[in-house]
Amino acid sequence: MNYVFDFGWLAQYYPVFLKGIAITIELTLVGGVIGIGFGIFCAWVRALGPTWMRPPVAVYVELIRNTPFMVQLFFIFFGLPALGFRMGELQAANLAMIINLGAYSCEIVRAGIEATPKGQFEAGAALALKPLQVFRHIIIRPALQRIWPALSSQVVIVMLGSAVVSQIAAEDVTFAANFIQSRTFRAFESYFVSTAIYLALSILLRKGLDYLGFFLFPATRVESH
Amino acid sequence: MKRRSLFSLALALATGLSLSMAGTPEARANGLETVMSSGTLRVAVPQDFPPFGSVGSDMAPQGYDIDMAKLIAEKLGVKAEIVPVTSANRIPYLQTNKVDLVISSLGKNPERDAVIDFSEPYAPFYNGVFAPADIEISGAEDLSGKTIGVTRGSIEDLELTKIAPEDATLKRYEDNNGTISAFLSGQVDAVATGNVVAAAIIEKNPPKRPEPKFLIKNSPCYVGMNENEPELMAKVNEIIAEAKSDGSLNAISEKWLGIPLPEDL
Repeated sequence: MNYVFDFGWLAQYYPVFLKGIAITIELTLVGGVIGIGFGIFCAWVRALGPTWMRPPVAVYVELIRNTPFMVQLFFIFFGLPALGFRMGELQAANLAMIINLGAYSCEIVRAGIEATPKGQFEAGAALALKPLQVFRHIIIRPALQRIWPALSSQVVIVMLGSAVVSQIAAEDVTFAANFIQSRTFRAFESYFVSTAIYLALSILLRKGLDYLGFFLFPATRVESH
Repeated sequence: MKRRSLFSLALALATGLSLSMAGTPEARANGLETVMSSGTLRVAVPQDFPPFGSVGSDMAPQGYDIDMAKLIAEKLGVKAEIVPVTSANRIPYLQTNKVDLVISSLGKNPERDAVIDFSEPYAPFYNGVFAPADIEISGAEDLSGKTIGVTRGSIEDLELTKIAPEDATLKRYEDNNGTISAFLSGQVDAVATGNVVAAAIIEKNPPKRPEPKFLIKNSPCYVGMNENEPELMAKVNEIIAEAKSDGSLNAISEKWLGIPLPEDL
């Protein structure tokens, strides 16, 4: 092996990576917050919601969980304009991530809801709370607490999966790596840097979600201390 | 000592080589006469480069270059023998006298010019900016405020990155298909690509036709032939000039590239 490593291009191209990092973080934040919110709503529908709403949500969840993310993204970006819905690559990427994470987190959160002991629903009813109030004040928080590690992993997966948005010219970290690679022909170095960036982002995201869980679920603090 | 013997060996080889090369033209018969007496014109055409040359569903070669070869043979009054080649071996086929002409989307560059001769150009081949007819673009400065799709790392990408105004947005797609899809779905106002790619879009009769707007890099195709063939060269150039003026070359361009022959070709 006599390949000579050269990171000299970083001086010229690091702004491309900085912009890429900003876009990957933006996609993950927007996709994560709205996606999980939407997932909780869907989970409520599938577990406790009105009967007539359950089939469409079930179809949505199965449709998204059984098709590749990249195809969903291409459908939104290249396919929908034929029907008159045209959006830029960032909106398309955000929408695709929300829809994708919504479906996966729906199933994760539903598992958390369905693991709730029956007595808690009955206790809520005995206090004369309406079903939505029971869900909001009694059920959801322990349910989320139960599945928080799984949900955190799913968010990390979606963040890493966001690499494919470079295919529709969204300028994320992967785009930056491809862009630099096609100009400097330093394939090893540019993908090495992008790998390091993703690793750092994943670790930060996981730590951040752990921290968020610590705040959201005071009960966990008792366990861990 | 060793070095010196190597040097003299190289010298001897070079001398021998140049002697044998100098001897070739005399040894070989006049190219045009050979064609006329044998009654066949052997032409190297591309086998894997649509729309210039590819194999059709009936397994017969088809494309711009095949039509051009047939046109030249017809005007010479001989039969065309189509020899499919790859871009790597098209010049060796000519040099080893396996074909009389290379009509294989061949561009001119100094390295090739040193070993073979080129006719007048017969086909347009360029990278440029393409957009629907209703968008006014005549130069790089008109790209201001527009979104242009390019294939990442291509010549167009590198050139346009240099010449596009500050407020033009370049969207860089992974491959030509991404660029084409982005154009057809209206995600970009214009695309910068090769005329061959634009021709591939036009061939599918899309609702938005990519019309040529301005040129980024021009590298037209020439008929290649062996050096020192003045009669063959004159005849081929005469046929090309005739085909340009009587519209038959324009018809080939319309058929395979979807655009009329550029006037300056």
